[in-house]
Amino acid sequence: MSRELCMGNQALALGALKAGINVAAGYPGTPSSEILETLDVQVKARGLTALHVEWSTNEKAALELGFGASLAGARALVTMKQVGLNVASDALMTLPYLGVKGGLVLVVADDPGPISSQTEQDTRQFAGFAKVPVLDPSTPEEAHRMIQSAFDLSEWHATPVIVRPSTRICHGAVGLDTSYDYVPHAVSGFERDPRWVIFPRRTYEGHLELLSRLSAIAADFSASPYNALINTHATAPAHQGIVAGGISYAYLHDALLQLDDLASLRLFKCGTPFPFPQTLALQFLEGLREILVFEELEPVLEREFLQLIGRHQLKVKVFGKLSGHANLAGENSVSLIARQVEALYGDNGFAPPLDVTPQTSTGSGSNPAAVAPDLPARAPVLCAGCPHRASFYAVKQALKGRPAVFSGDIGCYTLGNALPLDMVDSCVCMGAGFTVPQGMQWAQPDVLHLGFVGDSTFFASGLTGVVNAVYNQAQVTLCVLDNATTAMTGSQPHPGTGIRLGTHRAAQESTDVAGGESGTNAEGAADGEDAMGAGGATSAADTKGALDIPAVLRALGVRHVAQVDPFDLKAAQEAVREAVSHSGVSAVVFKAPCITVAPPQTRRGVDPGLCSACHKCIREIGCPALIVTSEKKARIDQALCYGCTLCAQLCPTHAIQPLQAAKGGGAA
Amino acid sequence: MSEIVIAGVGGQGTVLASKLLAKAALLEGHAVRTAETIGMAQRGGTVLGHVRIARENNYGGARTGSHSDLPLSPLVSAQSADLLIGFEPGETVRALPFVRNGGAVVTAMQTLVPAGAAASSIVQGYNGAAELAYLQGCQTTGRLGSLMVVDGVAACSRLGSFKALNVLLLGAALATGSIELSEQALLAAIDALVKPQFRELNKQALAQGMSLLAAQGDLEETRS
Ligand code: SF4
Ligand code: SF4
Repeated sequence: MSRELCMGNQALALGALKAGINVAAGYPGTPSSEILETLDVQVKARGLTALHVEWSTNEKAALELGFGASLAGARALVTMKQVGLNVASDALMTLPYLGVKGGLVLVVADDPGPISSQTEQDTRQFAGFAKVPVLDPSTPEEAHRMIQSAFDLSEWHATPVIVRPSTRICHGAVGLDTSYDYVPHAVSGFERDPRWVIFPRRTYEGHLELLSRLSAIAADFSASPYNALINTHATAPAHQGIVAGGISYAYLHDALLQLDDLASLRLFKCGTPFPFPQTLALQFLEGLREILVFEELEPVLEREFLQLIGRHQLKVKVFGKLSGHANLAGENSVSLIARQVEALYGDNGFAPPLDVTPQTSTGSGSNPAAVAPDLPARAPVLCAGCPHRASFYAVKQALKGRPAVFSGDIGCYTLGNALPLDMVDSCVCMGAGFTVPQGMQWAQPDVLHLGFVGDSTFFASGLTGVVNAVYNQAQVTLCVLDNATTAMTGSQPHPGTGIRLGTHRAAQESTDVAGGESGTNAEGAADGEDAMGAGGATSAADTKGALDIPAVLRALGVRHVAQVDPFDLKAAQEAVREAVSHSGVSAVVFKAPCITVAPPQTRRGVDPGLCSACHKCIREIGCPALIVTSEKKARIDQALCYGCTLCAQLCPTHAIQPLQAAKGGGAA
Repeated sequence: MSEIVIAGVGGQGTVLASKLLAKAALLEGHAVRTAETIGMAQRGGTVLGHVRIARENNYGGARTGSHSDLPLSPLVSAQSADLLIGFEPGETVRALPFVRNGGAVVTAMQTLVPAGAAASSIVQGYNGAAELAYLQGCQTTGRLGSLMVVDGVAACSRLGSFKALNVLLLGAALATGSIELSEQALLAAIDALVKPQFRELNKQALAQGMSLLAAQGDLEETRS
């Protein structure tokens, strides 16, 4: 047995392989992306030609494709982050009415905090809304087992099933036996049946079917190994219990290790929040007078208990989010749960709560000798050499002094919002960067309206917005920030690159294009591939089948389409001026690769003799490689500079010059 | 049980540092849980790595249904880290609340000025002096059991690569005795996780880091 350090996402991928999946599809989204990347690595390393893995254009496409595979009798895995489920929801809402044939499992990763998401929505709640069973792992190893069970469950009950890990499960790691046999599920083939076609009559029948299916699953869940009643043999006082689901169970478990007298508490670990295992819950409630519920995001378990207790007219008080005894938003933690348990049940002789102030370093009395200094805030920024910085700067300069609104979208380029660029005025969701400016323009036509969408986002959700603008003749300029990858989620390929996952992908194992010492600002420092490697970096090697963005825009009816290299500052500014002067829909494609998929260019350095200390470079573009020396001159951090030339192009005294060695070490 | 927090800035190689610790622990037969900051927050933001090592096999394995003494959370709790490895003085201070009373800190001396700050305020007061003084104060009062300040720039210049700061700091921490892992295990972890062309550099960095302890006094004097 080989025990490797495995991220939850890798554990999920290995579990899916053990389940013999035939098809896997998804759209990148933190924290879910490494699942498909791990499958991709395994398919190539082990030559698993029977398994099709793909990045689909968006989550809706991935889920529908997964359903198609299931109809053919295959086992299909579909992965996404929580907001991706919003995109896929059109299909998801209907699937339980139709049912499935081969196992269809969605992994939908939630992001309490949130750590990198636009909402704190709860997939358990979405699952209840869509009437799809959901499994909620408390550790990566449990996620590994759950995904295997999920395929069986899906086939036994002919329903899609959701596994819902949260960020700390996805990106938490544990030593795991990584050996597996991949035995592809036997594909039985499609059989025609009227029940695969949704019609109002079928919907009514399907509705009744799925409700009775859910009761059967709820009964099964009461005996599920993912649920547990713990310490039921406790002696007095046996009237207090605690419920925890998902990662909150892990936190509760550890909190109780710190607190004395845990034997007097009865615990209910819930790994199957929907359909709720009522029988088991009633068993848990026997003899209890108070329960405290821990879960992240929505009070899903808490509401189930309130309902159950109401229906059975039990005398049990329920404490949790709704009563103000647990966190309403954000993540839980061991310390928080320890404090909250103590606050409610503390008169039972628990140890006093830990004195915890995790977010601030001042006070707390632990260091009477000194007061912690104020620390500089460290907001995320665009990488040194990021092409988005150049694109935003070109637009900003081109339209200086003219009233304009810049609508942004989801991706690294949302960071264009930060000073000094300050070029993202709104950001809602995938694709909105092209549609929000249209609405604004109809309301406020005397202002220039530009929308910014990344290349991956363009294909995922931008196309309909382009069609809408053309059809309705909106006066907008659509900017595509084409950096040849899906950067923010870890450099996944997309339709514009032509690079595909799995065995379809051309042989180009050297995904580390940058090579050498290049590293990237995004955690590339002397980094290595671990054995389970989740290295899905794109390469420019194989571009067969790549969709050409300007051609797509033209085909969709955009009359004025320009493509420029944003690092050619003059040309880029000219292209922007020309585009906004065009009547009707115009488009500018800013094309230059992300630093995670392109090698560094000749690094730049500042000639201190020529630098007039005007700080224009620092003030205007905010490249993290640009710093100020003690002599107030600009200096370039050679470990960070990617040689993009942007700063050199705006330096009034031409003090910024190329350094001789392009590919040498990072020595200053 | 050893609990380690690694604090730095996106791009400094914190993820590899915690992977190496975890891999070394696995190689020595311990149980491990880790958690990382991945994603947007990495772009120049604060990153934290959590590594929890326990001396048992089968760490939280099949036993999620019952209470075991093995922890399940991937995150180190407040005031429980035995060791904090800080890649940047401000980040070290920011992560200090994780350290238990009497815990150990190994920190790099040099600051990374946040990009936003460089742009908005030309005059930068942030040079790490206040942070290091504060840490030293913590050591004086006994809040910290030990503190080691590493001149990362000097050591990395000797190595000829600034990408090796992560492994250099691991070496320094190893020498202080606050990581209950063997040098052999960490070397084996480097072999397992680092691409062949960088292995030698990383092994040198580990050795260089381990040799720094003796020179710590001098380093503290040259700081500011
Ligand atoms: S050339 Fe200038 S703007 Fe570009 S990465 Fe280097 S320092 Fe930053
Ligand atoms: S990862 Fe790429 S797109 Fe994202 S900020 Fe860095 S250079 Fe820009």
